[in-house]
Amino acid sequence: MIGMAKPPDRLDVLTGTWFTMGDIACAEGAIAAGCRFFAGYPITPASEIMEHMARRLPQVGGVYVQMEDELASMAAVIGASWAGVKAMTATSGPGFSLMQENIGLAVMTETPCVLVNVMRGGPSTGQPTKMGQQDVMQAKWGSHGDYELIAIAPSSVQEMFDFTIEAFNYAERYRCPVIVLADETVGHMREKLVIPEPEEVEKRLVSRKRPRVPPGEAFAPFMPDPEDLVPPMPHFGEGYHFYATGLTHDEWGKVRTDSAEAHFKLVSRLCDKIRKNKDKIIKYEGLWLDDADVVIIAYGIVSRSARAAVRLARKEGIRAGLLRLITIWPFPDEVVAEVGERAKKVIVAEVNYGQIVREVERRVDWRKVVFFPKLGEEFHTVEELLNAIRAARGEAGGRGS
Amino acid sequence: MRQVAEAVELRHPLEAYTRKGMIPHIWCAGCGNGIILNAFLKALDELKFDMNKLAVISGIGCMGRIAGYINADAFHTTHGRAIALAFGLKVVRPELKVVVISGDGDLFAIGGNHFIHAARRNVDMLVICANNFNYGMTGGQVGPTTPLGARTTTTPYENIEHPFNLVQLAAAAGAIYVARWTVIHPRRLKESIKKALMKRGFCFIEVISACTEGYGRRNKLRTALEFMRWLKEVSVMAKGVGPEEAYIGRDRIVVGEFVDIEGKPEYTDLLWRLINDIRARAKRGELRVAL
Repeated sequence: MIGMAKPPDRLDVLTGTWFTMGDIACAEGAIAAGCRFFAGYPITPASEIMEHMARRLPQVGGVYVQMEDELASMAAVIGASWAGVKAMTATSGPGFSLMQENIGLAVMTETPCVLVNVMRGGPSTGQPTKMGQQDVMQAKWGSHGDYELIAIAPSSVQEMFDFTIEAFNYAERYRCPVIVLADETVGHMREKLVIPEPEEVEKRLVSRKRPRVPPGEAFAPFMPDPEDLVPPMPHFGEGYHFYATGLTHDEWGKVRTDSAEAHFKLVSRLCDKIRKNKDKIIKYEGLWLDDADVVIIAYGIVSRSARAAVRLARKEGIRAGLLRLITIWPFPDEVVAEVGERAKKVIVAEVNYGQIVREVERRVDWRKVVFFPKLGEEFHTVEELLNAIRAARGEAGGRGS
Repeated sequence: MRQVAEAVELRHPLEAYTRKGMIPHIWCAGCGNGIILNAFLKALDELKFDMNKLAVISGIGCMGRIAGYINADAFHTTHGRAIALAFGLKVVRPELKVVVISGDGDLFAIGGNHFIHAARRNVDMLVICANNFNYGMTGGQVGPTTPLGARTTTTPYENIEHPFNLVQLAAAAGAIYVARWTVIHPRRLKESIKKALMKRGFCFIEVISACTEGYGRRNKLRTALEFMRWLKEVSVMAKGVGPEEAYIGRDRIVVGEFVDIEGKPEYTDLLWRLINDIRARAKRGELRVAL
């Protein structure tokens, strides 16, 4: 690419087939989605996202800033989003912990924003260069109070691109923080990435709802539309003179720290705008779920070895199936319940010491559930998962060939 | 009867600058924060400041509530993060004037890191700190500005920590305008705010505020009158001196302007010059645009 004769037609959507890293695909997905603000703080294994953004955002007229810490990064993302641009940050476990309070502020002020967590091994500094899926519960419950948000787990370089676009769409549509729950393996591995034509990308994009009255007229900045419970969003400098606060507030933004009714109304709506739109949000993939005796539930990179293991098991005559969670939050309760009803054994394979398995056990008879944890360095190999399927089939007494 | 009706219709001259439905404020009788709010609104009024070009950001605490009282775009952030949020907004919309108004605990304890880095970058932002020497809203605990020897609810015997000198801190971190006033200097404060609003770069104004309910009642300044008399007694006006002269203690508080610099490159100017340059070069094909 050195000494390019002519610049590409579009600087924001780099249409073509590339061989690249997951973190870079994530950054390109963000730019293609229209993200024009990135604030972050260096951390392994997410730093490549910020390095790529530092180089690419100015090329498309976007703002890249490196902040003094992750507390500042998340706060700056909220400020930028209210200034009218799609905004994101990227981090890993320790930084994600520091962002939690302002994730709560983003929830409370209904700020569209995307956070990428390229998960590594924890707790604490843990294993910075090794993969993990240990922040799955933190993504849902990390900030205080009741809230709902959306988390999506990519399993390939292509999905790092595609799901980051999807994350922005969710954030804009539901006005909430959206977490891209990647991991070190997906972030650092290199594979083929196909970036479609700009028109193809644009067709997929969603933008936040905007006020339908001009500035100066009565406008309640937190008045939700009844059909989706999401209010239109004003921006700084437009003349609406809005007031956004992390305190309990009414539809006008007025502080209501004294009213149980106002608190219930606000908190329940913030949750319900996700819960009641769950069917539109939740994405998953099923493989041979119709007749599976043994089902693996997996997400992220683990779903790829699980897929291979299930295929091999089928060749051995075992009725195996795969439920791959794409969105992890909100949790697909109904889908998991249905799968658990039909299957004789449900294997939950994740790189942590028991997180999503708890969600599965809420919906599936616990005697059917087999938990297969991994910690540190590697995720589940195909062989390990195949053995787990064989063992589970043996326990279940399922029919073989 | 007609006279009574007229009296009822009397309006505060700055009412248009306050947010409907949010006044009366939550501040205690005798609190100095109202004087600071008044000085800020008067400064805007005298400058005929375009309220659509203003954003007021605050943190948590008594002064954190001020964003809600001003009829402009306003954001009440988490504790300590006002400057960081304001920074994100400012870099995206450099044409807006961003003012952060908050307390000493919010800006210099939990949020101290953001203050020094915003000053270091010289981002165009005015930070006004109401320094009341303690955490007022939570009941009068010791803070980063509490004088040595003072009593608070968490230093029941005496404060043994050295306080920050906010003027010297701001100057050392790189602010282009640094002033200190107290709430017995409302006119000088107003003039100072006007001046800072018209400057381009990181500006800092410390205002020593009266807190009778938190700090005052434990330090022989029980009433607003006692507090104001004390401020009057100990305030010493300085002219043409640098931040090294900006002493603050229980015996003496030096007030005035300590830093007033022109010509230091401002962050968003540098940032957008870079962005526009890189963008133009990318469009012309002079840069590698690839993964």
